[in-house]
Amino acid sequence: MTQKPKLALYWASSCGGCEIAVLGLHEKILDVAAAFDIVFWPCVMDFKYADVEAMEDGEIDVCFFNGAIRNDENAHLAHLLRRKSKVLVAFGACAFGGSMPGLANFYDRDTMFNWIYMDSPTTINPDKVLPQKRYDTPEGELVLPGFWNTVKTLAQVVPVDYFLPGCPPEAQSIEAAVTAIVAGELPPPGSVIGSDVTVCDECKRTKTEKKIKRFYRPQEIIPDPDICLLEQGLFCAGIGTRSGCGAKCPAVGMGCRGCYGPNEGVLDHGAKILTGIASAIDAETAEEVEIILDTLPDPAGYFYRFHLPDSLLRRKARKNGKKQMDGGPQ
Amino acid sequence: MSEPRVGVYVCHCGHNIASAVDVEHVAEWAYKLPFVTIARDNKFMCASTGQEQIEQDVKEHDLTHVVVASCSPHMHEKTFRNACARCGMNPYLFEMANIREHASWVHPNDRDGATNKAKALVSAAVHRVIHHQPLEPMQVNIRPETLVVGGGIAGIQAALEIADAGHHVYMVEREPSIGGHMAMFDKTFPTLDCSACILTPKMFDVGSHPHITLLTYSEVEQVDGYVGNFSVRVRKKARRVDEDLCTGCGSCWEKCPIKVLDTVFEAGLGYRKAIYRPFPQAVPKYPVIDTENCTYYKTGKCRMCEKVCQTNAIRFDAEDEILNIEVGNIVLATGYKLFDCRRIPQYGYGRLENVFTSLEFERLTNAAGPTDGKVVLRDGETVPETVAIIHCVGSRDKHYNSHCSAICCMSSLKFAHLVKEKTGAKVYNFYIDMRPISKGYEEFYHRLLHEGTTFIRGKVSEITDAAHSPEEEGKLVVICEDTLVGKQRRVPVDMVLLAAGLEPRADSSEVGHLFGVSCGDTGFFIERHPKLDPVATMTEGVFIAGACQGAKDIPDSVAQGAAAAARILSTISKGQVILEPIRASIDESRCSGCRICNNMCPYNAIDFVEDLAVSRVNPALCKGCGTCVAACPSQIITGAHFTFDQLMAEIDGIMVDVTADDPFAVEAV
Repeated sequence: MTQKPKLALYWASSCGGCEIAVLGLHEKILDVAAAFDIVFWPCVMDFKYADVEAMEDGEIDVCFFNGAIRNDENAHLAHLLRRKSKVLVAFGACAFGGSMPGLANFYDRDTMFNWIYMDSPTTINPDKVLPQKRYDTPEGELVLPGFWNTVKTLAQVVPVDYFLPGCPPEAQSIEAAVTAIVAGELPPPGSVIGSDVTVCDECKRTKTEKKIKRFYRPQEIIPDPDICLLEQGLFCAGIGTRSGCGAKCPAVGMGCRGCYGPNEGVLDHGAKILTGIASAIDAETAEEVEIILDTLPDPAGYFYRFHLPDSLLRRKARKNGKKQMDGGPQ
Repeated sequence: MSEPRVGVYVCHCGHNIASAVDVEHVAEWAYKLPFVTIARDNKFMCASTGQEQIEQDVKEHDLTHVVVASCSPHMHEKTFRNACARCGMNPYLFEMANIREHASWVHPNDRDGATNKAKALVSAAVHRVIHHQPLEPMQVNIRPETLVVGGGIAGIQAALEIADAGHHVYMVEREPSIGGHMAMFDKTFPTLDCSACILTPKMFDVGSHPHITLLTYSEVEQVDGYVGNFSVRVRKKARRVDEDLCTGCGSCWEKCPIKVLDTVFEAGLGYRKAIYRPFPQAVPKYPVIDTENCTYYKTGKCRMCEKVCQTNAIRFDAEDEILNIEVGNIVLATGYKLFDCRRIPQYGYGRLENVFTSLEFERLTNAAGPTDGKVVLRDGETVPETVAIIHCVGSRDKHYNSHCSAICCMSSLKFAHLVKEKTGAKVYNFYIDMRPISKGYEEFYHRLLHEGTTFIRGKVSEITDAAHSPEEEGKLVVICEDTLVGKQRRVPVDMVLLAAGLEPRADSSEVGHLFGVSCGDTGFFIERHPKLDPVATMTEGVFIAGACQGAKDIPDSVAQGAAAAARILSTISKGQVILEPIRASIDESRCSGCRICNNMCPYNAIDFVEDLAVSRVNPALCKGCGTCVAACPSQIITGAHFTFDQLMAEIDGIMVDVTADDPFAVEAV
């Protein structure tokens, strides 16, 4: 019997949704189990890091790595799994573009720690205790992974072979990737496994010329079921987001969040959605533009929801004219 | 493909560049740039020796790409492209770095800084040029028909020039008659010949010309297409008079019982009927029914005009017609609007009854006007004994219009002459500066000085009827600082004429948008080049003439009308026009049909193909502005000559550390 290819799955800084997505393959998961020898999957099976460390370099055939790189532990496993894997796949939006954890990059570590552990109204911390990397207890020293100043994508930390977009990747995307791997029909390394058109291509809604007079939040209106959501004033990132999801969100009246990331060849996802949306704003004067944009809360969050760490943007602001730290792990 | 071989030429431009940039050093440094095969400096690249150097090097050194670092591409991009083309290179494999306007001229006192900036600009151009692709220009046929929008003197001149050359002209005029403002005037400066006498023969020629289709009481609603092949939709508003039957006899307007204040042609001083012809010499001669005031449209009764019409030409139920016409070129000659003097409340127009605008005075003094040419006060009978003429009303004033309206000095002098001639009144001209600049104008000014008109140099601060002394009782008092004498003056007069300035039409920006022509900050249409191309616009095939381009008098308007016609006739005789290949294209296989780009295009060049659900650029219409390229959220629109790779390479190139010892440790491509 020929040996089955070895598969590893790991989650770094993420919500766990990607793991659920793999389980969401339903009975197809049996095919995965049949096709692969699962050697590491801490979420569902009991493995230790030491088990991985004990492997030969390159022993793992494919590693699906989800989650962004937020702390020392994430980075350690990224390096470790890179070394042990022949093919490393950035699985899901966090590993690919930093996603939600990456939105923290609008701030730096000190700002966040001060808010979370001291200043937020629900916090009581009279001794001003902040997370420590090391702590001595009578039983011995405790070590915690260090919290980075900046969230990185997987590819910013180690070389990545393939990117599988989505928050989480849809079953059909995972299936396509698995099928390609099993068949050995992979695109050139560095590719995103997916389409090269945007969500509008799959979206069934009727599109006309876009003229946005104001934006609505989803709870404010009941959208027409057949007309393009953006034309109805609902923020939809579908215009600038890679398709492959089946346009499921717009189909049920929720504007695309952008989780499949930028279209093929696009440098900055947020900037591309921004130019598209800005182009659709129907205003005669600069003041009118301001008024319309004021109806879109948290534009940075809307435009860069999934790809802030790998965008051209850096920190939110400079404090007292001093550039805030933009370093990597510290 | 073999490696690129780039030739770099750094121009001294005499001292223009060399005085602030170390040109030799830039050339030596440029030689170290990636793929640069040869780098030279040259005193004048645009001279024949400079161009020949390029040609020689392309042949001898087998250059694949050329960069010239010199002046603005506006100045010499064509020159150097042609030089490249002469030696068999595709001219689009050339790139220009502007180290004059962007380096030496803006940093004349910072030699190091200017030199470093020049190096960065050269580096950007070299990095960019190796990504250039050969492009081929496109040829399109020119339809010989021309559309002239606006039937004032500028449009009339343009139309007659083209039609006389044997090519068909469609003239569209918004009002019921052509003639424009000139038809309202009595005399023209400086010769004082009768305006109507010189204009009406031309109007008649337009109306009867076998090569002119005159569409009065009509407006252009839509313009599609591109130079040589425009499709224009014209709404011909219903006159409600059958032009085939009407003889223009006048029975209808004589018998019409409804009198309407004529605010257009008579400037609010006279009346017309509800069915009317704007003025006796109107072309065409047919009247038009004003449905807002006609009794029939209010009550369904009257029909007097219908009863008296011998030829049964009245058509109460007529509707607007839509005409679609095909033309190769367009002349916009939409004229101007007079400044609304009510905007300067201290001058009292509209409040003090004997304050008149210049246009009102034109009608007062016109023999065919409401007073049969008698200059009288608003009571219709009193002849003024003293008259003040205020120059620059609404012009040369940052609160209203900063521009000089160009005609007011001369028309004010003309008014002074006419008032004196007709009433013998004492005339005061209040002016800021006298600007009688054209042929015969200064002489006319001297004639007025000798005629005894009093000229007071100073900007009028107020016109009031509040008397300070017995001699001011019942008079209008003009208050101003006489800047030549240095004292405040109060001049009591019977009548004040305000020489109102010329402004762009209120709808000039909409009209401009319709035809793809921009308006400048003053609101007048922008010409392609203020000196060298004053009647062309940035939209090929659309020309501008007359006061829509900027305030000007009759001779200048006529000259521009004729100039626009000459430009058009040259394209018609050539039969074809060459279009720049720099334009956008959509990768239809990757277009998701989101339609973001659809209403972005200022030239209406993007169509949505419904059955394929993709957008498509019409290459003949596209001007390569790049708006859609930036807007496309899928990044599948490419601007030829401004591709993503080219722009990113240019940015990489400009970011090179020009002060570092070895900047090209940074990889080039």
